[in-house]
Amino acid sequence: MNTLAMHAPVLLVAVPLLGAFAVPLIGKLGRGVRDIFIGLIVAATAALAGLLAAHYFGGAGVPQLYVLGGANGFAIPLPSGLSVPIRILFEVDGMSAFMGLITALVTLTGAYFSFCYWRERSGGNMYYSLLLLLTAGIFGMELTGDMFNFFVFLEITSIAACGLIGFRVWLKKSQEAGFKVMALYTLSGLFVLLAIALLYGQHGALNMAFIASQIGTFGVSIVDKIALGLLLTGLAMKAGAVPMHMWAPDAYGEAPAPTSAILVANSQASLYGLFRVLFTIFGVGASIATNAWILIVLAVLTIFVGVTMALVQNDLKRLIAFGAVSQIGYMLLGVGVGLVRRASILAGGGSLVDSANALDYGFVAMQGGIFHMLNDAACVGLLFLASGAVIRASGTRDLNKMGGLAHHMKWTTIFFVIGAVALAGVPPFNGFASKLLIYQSAFKVSPFLSIIAILSSIMLLAVFVKAFQGAFMGSKTGLPEAGEARPGMLIPMAVLALVVIVFGLFPGFFIDTIVTPAAKALWLGRDAYIGAVLGGG
Amino acid sequence: MSIGSFSFDVTASGQFPYIIAAILVAFGLYALLFKRNLIKMVIGITLIETGVNLFLVMVGYRSGGAAPIYTYANPGQGMVLPTPQALTLTSIVIGLATTALLLSFAIFVHRHYGTLDVRKIKELRG
Repeated sequence: MNTLAMHAPVLLVAVPLLGAFAVPLIGKLGRGVRDIFIGLIVAATAALAGLLAAHYFGGAGVPQLYVLGGANGFAIPLPSGLSVPIRILFEVDGMSAFMGLITALVTLTGAYFSFCYWRERSGGNMYYSLLLLLTAGIFGMELTGDMFNFFVFLEITSIAACGLIGFRVWLKKSQEAGFKVMALYTLSGLFVLLAIALLYGQHGALNMAFIASQIGTFGVSIVDKIALGLLLTGLAMKAGAVPMHMWAPDAYGEAPAPTSAILVANSQASLYGLFRVLFTIFGVGASIATNAWILIVLAVLTIFVGVTMALVQNDLKRLIAFGAVSQIGYMLLGVGVGLVRRASILAGGGSLVDSANALDYGFVAMQGGIFHMLNDAACVGLLFLASGAVIRASGTRDLNKMGGLAHHMKWTTIFFVIGAVALAGVPPFNGFASKLLIYQSAFKVSPFLSIIAILSSIMLLAVFVKAFQGAFMGSKTGLPEAGEARPGMLIPMAVLALVVIVFGLFPGFFIDTIVTPAAKALWLGRDAYIGAVLGGG
Repeated sequence: MSIGSFSFDVTASGQFPYIIAAILVAFGLYALLFKRNLIKMVIGITLIETGVNLFLVMVGYRSGGAAPIYTYANPGQGMVLPTPQALTLTSIVIGLATTALLLSFAIFVHRHYGTLDVRKIKELRG
């Protein structure tokens, strides 16, 4: 392993973090220098995420460990002979590497889109500072192997995200949204912290692998169950699952368009935390089947409520925001079905390795749910960027006031349609590939789940037909600023559209190379995750 | 009950700080859910935070343990692991940042809407 790949986990957090604090200084040198600097920082971050993913998916296949403060002697032996790992560490397995790729894609396109999007004379330094801080926090959440570090990174994303939502203090609605989102983020963060305190009190360590091995040895105690309940509530709240979704449309809707997509990646990072807790830390025996059913109920509610609320919106960004909320439900559904099936396989004494190789429906559901995270990031990102271009051109977000933009903005129209159709799950785009996996495997658990999922996808298509008709169709308008978006905005959109199309045309290749290893890391990677830290395996 | 050289106080008075922490969290949740004033909601959040911090400190407390500083501990006396204290300090700093951000949002909400009553701040409904 070369040196760069070895240090990639910590650099992924350090580079954007240092960049975030350097931006206000570099900004003094002028706007051009600042934009080049940010472009380099974001590109370097994405390259590191790519390197990390290439290292895992391209061969290693074992969790990569990075211990802060020296690789040797990171555990302290106790008089009883037990050794407790106390150092802070990053641990990268297939799921972490996969999430890193999603975050890299979204931040890269979001930041490059911002260079043309951000026209205001002031505030640019703050904007990019917060954007890089949010990036650092999301990567930290996805890579850390330590419960408390997870909380710290969670709070970094909370503060940076709310800064992005509300830093345009001259906008009335953004202040209301900022307060609401910050209050709910803080509450969810405190739930997580309380759960971490309980786990520390029970196991005397904060290391995820160590807590997981303790739970594997001693079983799930009452304290662990309370902690699990608090983690489930806190992380589902931060991911925007119904009934704790009230903040999500405000957040996505009021943030500047390029960062709305990054906020979606932030919600997905919370989902990742939830999966890590359910599969790695508590993934023993059948004791967590109840939680899997809670996940499925949340998923169905999220899918249905998200789409229904999207139907009645007249604000373009808020409409897409509710669409994004509903997609979180599909990921929860896929992984929830997988968790139910995994618990029943474990209870029946079956082998997880065999079931994964035989493509058991539980494993297929996991593949679908995890693949949908990437597809959702690309589609929703594309839609938010297109909505940003539309809002810049028309000067309004109200669908009743715009119209006829297809005459002025041909490329933006095409990109919007690609994103909308893909998100609604129409072949041959990527949303179809992942949703099909979820439909067919959820059907095995209950046909009702598949019916709700398919019905909601059709309703989502209706939602986007309405948005498309409102914004793009109709006669030419006399909007003064109407015109095609600048190339700096079109290229990031084109990149995302390319991802949407390529992942839709060749889903098999991507499922084999990146999705299956990520799903396996959750499905059967628990022992490898623990073994990488504690040894033995 | 004791583990190693440390003992756990399981008497009613030993549980007192945990009860206080639970009461603080309950009061905070009540204020957050049922108060209509933004400032009172922020106070509710800080109450929850204080409760959680108190809980963290209590989790790390070992009666008879010394602070983990070599020159302070008597020979042979057990030292406590300083992790929960470090966590609490971090959590307090994070709490400061979130409270400051929440209060500044409240100031700007008041500037735009002329009120702090959540029933009158409702441009983002539905």
